[in-house]
Amino acid sequence: MSIDDVRAPARVLVVGASASGLTTVETLRRKGYEGRITVLGDEPHAPYDRPPLSKQVLLGTWEPERATLRTQDVLSALDAEFVLGDPAVALDRASRGVRTESGRQLRADAIVIATGVGARRLPGSEDLAGVHVLRTLDDALALRAGLPAGTRLVVVGEGVLGSEIAATARTLGLDVTLAGPLSAPMALQVGPLVSGVLAGLHTERGVELRLGDGVVGLTADDGRVTGVRLATDEVLPADAVVVAIGATPATEWLADSGLELDNGVVCDSHCRAEEGIYAVGDVARWHHEGLGRLVRLENRTNATEAAMAVAGEILGADRPYTPVPYFWTDQYDAKLQVHGFLPPDAEVDVVEGDLTARRFVARYRSEGRVTGVLGWNMPKQARMRRQEIVAGLDAPAPTH
Amino acid sequence: MKVVVDEEKCVAAGQCVAAAMDVFDQREDDGIVVLLDENPPAELAEDVRNAAAVCPALAIRLVE
Repeated sequence: MSIDDVRAPARVLVVGASASGLTTVETLRRKGYEGRITVLGDEPHAPYDRPPLSKQVLLGTWEPERATLRTQDVLSALDAEFVLGDPAVALDRASRGVRTESGRQLRADAIVIATGVGARRLPGSEDLAGVHVLRTLDDALALRAGLPAGTRLVVVGEGVLGSEIAATARTLGLDVTLAGPLSAPMALQVGPLVSGVLAGLHTERGVELRLGDGVVGLTADDGRVTGVRLATDEVLPADAVVVAIGATPATEWLADSGLELDNGVVCDSHCRAEEGIYAVGDVARWHHEGLGRLVRLENRTNATEAAMAVAGEILGADRPYTPVPYFWTDQYDAKLQVHGFLPPDAEVDVVEGDLTARRFVARYRSEGRVTGVLGWNMPKQARMRRQEIVAGLDAPAPTH
Repeated sequence: MKVVVDEEKCVAAGQCVAAAMDVFDQREDDGIVVLLDENPPAELAEDVRNAAAVCPALAIRLVE
């Protein structure tokens, strides 16, 4: 593959050393880019994968090293400079320069922002022993170490991550309660029908569901968490608490940059924040031309696909990024695969399999178009219906 | 090019099939990757590299 030498920048700086940052580098090299690449990461670890953190790493079936994305040899072969353990603290657009916490000044002709998201915390919980979030490898190891046999764990947050952690902790044999404001696990992500099936699964496996009443705070004694207080004033006793109430884009370091920040780095349909500055992965909120609106996705596939798109863009591809989103979650023996978008008000039909057998494909339709497909232990059958979503994306957008 | 898949790591996303359907398929019952051609021809090499790159579980390894 040839590169437009005139357009290809001499130096690329990737801010963020996780899946999206790494994929940007790998794709640039794979497409023949020979310029200088620097990767800046806030964590001291070599790039690692996050989906296993709430599953295999927390369960202990994987040694943490197995979550590492690439061996040292493979990283070295990329001929990129990895600057790790040194967070970016400021971006200067005019000079395309980034300053780091330790005082480094890095300049480049193209900058890719891949700083991801940070876990939201409950106010006042930061210094309490026994309170965890799960975003980084260190978080996962701390949580695992904080869950000895007999622990009463309360998971705050009924989203994908909270539901996965509840399943993993229950598999470890702990006493697990799942709390959150919605009526069922992942109700926001998969809608009432499928979240009802998930509620049944968690209950059957012994998770205590205390859903529907929001959490207002934690109780503590002598600097250690003792419980979770619900809006009803009831307290759920806890030896350990995981707070999984979502994440916020890691854009604090861009506050004075002049880039548009609104629930992420706002980008055009090519993931460009402005000429020469791009955003990829969880932190990017870009204009999805198929949907006609800004979208920000926190999932593993988007981390890779956006990075591949931006690497192409840097080398002159000039193509809008219009993915069909995809995520999966594993809870006990249930493997859920979600393609596309599942709006909460969508009409949902089971098009294959059987809900009660917990093996089915559900199709989500909104305003007459297929927007998404969910497979429950039917991965291939769900994936084969992706084309229906693509057709929906390509149809002219309904006017409102 | 030789393709090696890791069924243990595979999460049944099927991204590889979308990228290179002559080389990858999925099992009907659990969606785990099925390797149709472990030595794909040169004209499929770029598709296969894409398939390895988009695999969210890093379950595809290429020996070039």
